[in-house]
Amino acid sequence: MDKTWNNKAWFMVLPVLLLVAFSALIPLMTVVNYSVQDTFGSNEFFWAGTAWYEEVLESDRFWNSMGRNLLFSAIILGIEIPLGIFIALNMPRKGWGVPVCLVLMALPLLIPWNVVGTIWQVFGRIDIGLLGYTLSALGLDYNYVSDPFDAWVTVIVMDVWHWTSLVVLLCYAGLVSIPDAYYQAAKIDGASRWAIFRYIQLPKMNRVLLIAVLLRFMDSFMIYTEPFVVTGGGPGNTTTFLSIDLVKLAIGEFNLGEAAAMSIVYFLIVLLLSWVFYTVMTSYDAER
Amino acid sequence: MARIDLNHIRHAYMPDPKSDADYALKEVHHTFEDGGAYALLGPSGCGKTTLLNIISGLLHASHGELLFDGKDVTRLSTQERNIAQVFQFPVIYDTMTVYDNLAFPLRNRGVPEADVARKVHETLEMIGLADWAKRRARGLTADQKQKISLGRGLVRSDVNAILFDEPLTVIDPHMKWVLRSQLKQLHRRFGYTMVYVTHDQTEALTFAEKVVVMYDGEIVQIGTPAELFERPKHTFVGYFIGSPGMNVMPVEIDGRNARLGGQVIVLPGAPKAKAGGSTELGIRPEYVRLGSEGMPVSVSKVEDIGRHKVVRASLEGREIAAILGEDESIPADPKIVFDPAGINIYANSWRVETGG
Repeated sequence: MDKTWNNKAWFMVLPVLLLVAFSALIPLMTVVNYSVQDTFGSNEFFWAGTAWYEEVLESDRFWNSMGRNLLFSAIILGIEIPLGIFIALNMPRKGWGVPVCLVLMALPLLIPWNVVGTIWQVFGRIDIGLLGYTLSALGLDYNYVSDPFDAWVTVIVMDVWHWTSLVVLLCYAGLVSIPDAYYQAAKIDGASRWAIFRYIQLPKMNRVLLIAVLLRFMDSFMIYTEPFVVTGGGPGNTTTFLSIDLVKLAIGEFNLGEAAAMSIVYFLIVLLLSWVFYTVMTSYDAER
Repeated sequence: MARIDLNHIRHAYMPDPKSDADYALKEVHHTFEDGGAYALLGPSGCGKTTLLNIISGLLHASHGELLFDGKDVTRLSTQERNIAQVFQFPVIYDTMTVYDNLAFPLRNRGVPEADVARKVHETLEMIGLADWAKRRARGLTADQKQKISLGRGLVRSDVNAILFDEPLTVIDPHMKWVLRSQLKQLHRRFGYTMVYVTHDQTEALTFAEKVVVMYDGEIVQIGTPAELFERPKHTFVGYFIGSPGMNVMPVEIDGRNARLGGQVIVLPGAPKAKAGGSTELGIRPEYVRLGSEGMPVSVSKVEDIGRHKVVRASLEGREIAAILGEDESIPADPKIVFDPAGINIYANSWRVETGG
């Protein structure tokens, strides 16, 4: 269809553009500024060119954090998306159960990140934590402070506990928007439970799932507070994800130049992966 | 195809119905003959969709039983009843192609792929979407989507009945004619039992052999289009069918005479039942003759609707409509007579027979 483009409309978005520039672009530029300079304190800066970028891209430390973070995101997406869909499908659509379920689902989302971290930090402790103490009492050798595997399990379970609700709520919103006639037609057509899910519910959840995947990916790829509070990135470096590493580098070691270069690379990777997710998931829509 | 018996079916949406008013469907006791084309006609909220959903099993009636060819199916699920139903708004499976949409109900029932292909291509021809088979169903127009919905209803040849719930609401007027006559042809060719719900009288009268008129949760009359027009059993049928609807006026009956204010109308016969309560005389505008003889009226409005004129007049202080030919004119001193063939007498809104 032919649309008339009114280019004057662009002026209408100018105020927002200015706001975004001040809140996002200008701070970003200061990071760019740090990433191409070096300083030995006393506010003197020297031109460093791409040296910091080369150092970041050649460092094992960066790629190890990246690997850990990708693995973490893959695991929590692999758990939270199917689990969220499953819970949403089984939530009641009518009656008193609806508000009860919605409030229960919303609860974890209302808790601040560092509080979530603290809850699980205490919950998992083997001396006073309900979970840690119980597991130990059952004879399981569970200790997230010293065992890398236990630390990973704790961080993943915590994230699933914290964020699956978001996926559930998004999917639920998609599900309740499906008119009854679709389910009636499916009954008439003799569709199985699986066929109803595959051909009616899943296509209708497509869009909200895209949002859920994008949000959960970006968020998990940038995760900082909760693992920092629970494990502090340890034991060793085993739960040091990119953000934790970045903070260690920038504030712990005061290596501003390298940290800035890492931030830029990190940002570009998040952008790139989000674009890939978006393109893959919407390509389905585009083809007729 | 099957004969459908509705055996004293009643339905209420609330859990504990007490009075008649709590029932969406008061009591329906009726048989849809095998291979018949029926229209369920009535205003919105009269219970016609409820009745349809009870037949297809999407709803289970509160009371009564349902038989297909004499077999009790009251407690069977929709799948087990083997019914096709087309809904008011198109339901299509977005992610599938047009072909797969039509194949869906067959594949779900484990029909071999060769038969699926044959049936689907046949149906695509029928609904005129043969060239679109490979297209994804998502990008189609509302017309085409509804044709797919229709196609899914028609693709299974072994169904007990095909039910239509106002299927042409979203279709353009000229396409409505085409699709409706296609449905009629299909019915003649294959002898499906078809029940067609609508609130559009033209649709009902052109589609169906028998029209079932519903009003307030009850069937008020079942008949051919001609019967509904000539002998409406209930004043509601008189109002609802015809444009403009039947003139209904309160009268006093005295043997073969009906008294309307100062006027006396001679009836074709004396009403059989001794009418208690209110008595009314009904006559369609088509049977009201306007001329220079009869009862004096004052004309208030003339609506020229092309083929003929509708004359709105006042007889003894009551509104009355009459139909006048396109080239006829209204006399200076207009008077009307009622054609005896078109006179019906109603007691408490129900028609009473008149003896010869």
